[in-house]
Amino acid sequence: MNARILYIASNTFREAVRDRVLYNLIAFAVLLSAAAIFIGQISIEIERLVVVNLGLTAVSLFGVVIAIFIGIGLVSKEIEKRTLYTVLSRPVRRWEFIVGKFFGLAGTLVVNTFFMGVGVFAALLYVAHKFSGPDAWILVALYFIVLQFLIICSLALLFSSFSSPLLSAIFAFSLFVIGSFSDDLRGFAYLTRGFAHWIATAAAYMVPNFSVLNVISSVAHQQAISSQLILQNTLYALFYSAMALSGAVLIFERRNLK
Amino acid sequence: MSSRKRTTVWAAALLVVSMAGSIFLLNRVDRIRPHEIVDDTLYIASPKLVKHASLGFEGLVACIYWTRAVQYFGHRHFLRNRSYNELAPLLEITTTLDPNLAPAYQFGASFLAPAPPNGAGQPERAIRLMEYGIQHNPDNWHLYYDLGFIYYTELKDYKRAGEVFARGSKVPNAHPFLKILAAVMAEHAEDFATARLLWSAAYESSTETNIRQNALEHLRSIQVDEDVTSLQNAVTQFVNQNGRIPTSLWEVADAEHLKGVPVDPDGVPYELSLDGQVLVANPDDFPFISKGTPPGYKPGPPKFHVKPPAASQGQAQLDIP
Repeated sequence: MNARILYIASNTFREAVRDRVLYNLIAFAVLLSAAAIFIGQISIEIERLVVVNLGLTAVSLFGVVIAIFIGIGLVSKEIEKRTLYTVLSRPVRRWEFIVGKFFGLAGTLVVNTFFMGVGVFAALLYVAHKFSGPDAWILVALYFIVLQFLIICSLALLFSSFSSPLLSAIFAFSLFVIGSFSDDLRGFAYLTRGFAHWIATAAAYMVPNFSVLNVISSVAHQQAISSQLILQNTLYALFYSAMALSGAVLIFERRNLK
Repeated sequence: MSSRKRTTVWAAALLVVSMAGSIFLLNRVDRIRPHEIVDDTLYIASPKLVKHASLGFEGLVACIYWTRAVQYFGHRHFLRNRSYNELAPLLEITTTLDPNLAPAYQFGASFLAPAPPNGAGQPERAIRLMEYGIQHNPDNWHLYYDLGFIYYTELKDYKRAGEVFARGSKVPNAHPFLKILAAVMAEHAEDFATARLLWSAAYESSTETNIRQNALEHLRSIQVDEDVTSLQNAVTQFVNQNGRIPTSLWEVADAEHLKGVPVDPDGVPYELSLDGQVLVANPDDFPFISKGTPPGYKPGPPKFHVKPPAASQGQAQLDIP
């Protein structure tokens, strides 16, 4: 079982890294980190702040774009090219296929984040001339961004398991935007009563909470991130991804592929 | 020439000509459009709306708005414009998005407080901005210092300045000079020594070249004001003793047993007008002086004459971290 998942994951990874769009997006993200150096020079005393904010935002946004646009095609492309039938005719279970695709895409994004993160640190070194202790918190911000990607991957796979690529992209991106407003949803739920309160509360907890995984502003100001937050965010991301993947598996198991 | 080559040549030529034409026309249009319409447009004025629209990336959007505020102020300051309508809203949005962005408070207040054309002439708004910054960054003693500076220089409210310095002196790791400033505000607020202390602290506490140059010019101007005050007192004493206005400052120097006529920080001797007023020979070289200027004199844009040494090499009068 593990070997099959690993084969599918490595195949997914190889296929993803062949996509030229990926390199363009990574290059653009690294370019933005470099551009942050110049933006800092037309302002006052925010050179380091701009590099960290712009660099990490670029990593996050471009990573989300990569996750969505590769993730939405993971299942539908295989169905379209009819390669899925070849795979499933082997002793590969449908859920192994989904899980393998997830790990393959997640691995791709981790590698992308690594390269984009190197760009951010290089820009930071150029501006600050040396690293300081609090700069290590940028690694935590990058780790949280990877956790975001895991959630986005699982959602993209969920939508890809039953919908067309266009609709999957719209759903995934919409959830990303709504998830960024999840604190406001919670606030809205707090203000409402009765049925609206229950609906709002359910929505607030069902949509992925990306705001808790966004610590870019804090690390830009060299503020520490508590280990409790790191642990709880990790567990939240794993649980949420597992939930979305389970949904994808449930749908895909019952999907008529003819 | 084949049909394809002909099409390629024509298309390339059309591309170049139309690009040149559009750039030329845009240049002409820009000259016609009044710049205030472009500069004074704040598409989203509500800080809360901007915060929501930033999708969680408030830090980056705050940096963008701060950069915009800096460029807005710099552009208008360069043109000696007297209106800075969008400055306060830009700063409000910046600090709402990122309440920990200290430069926005420190420099933003120094953009807002001074009278036009050096600033927006809104010291009350600058004070509100600083108080908001202190509320969100209570451990940043620099903010208390800057707020006290505004009370001292712009509002001449020495009592409030002293209170703010006293508040700041209680912050853990606050520089000891805050206590000294709080104490001197009480009794010696209008003394030249106090002003020199404040500007020396501004010079030593900043690593920004422009800030240090500005502080250096203020210190030069304080020296001139002090010299003119002393010389004027000497002229008054001469008049009281001799019953006439001295013909030149040489007479005053002789009476005071000085080696020669006192000179300004640039080494140029001071002058005496026919009605006995001590004047600075080149007032344009001292943009912040309040004494020694001829009647009807209007200062031009401040120019920095002295390049301060690099921050790490500056001889510190005060040991500021």
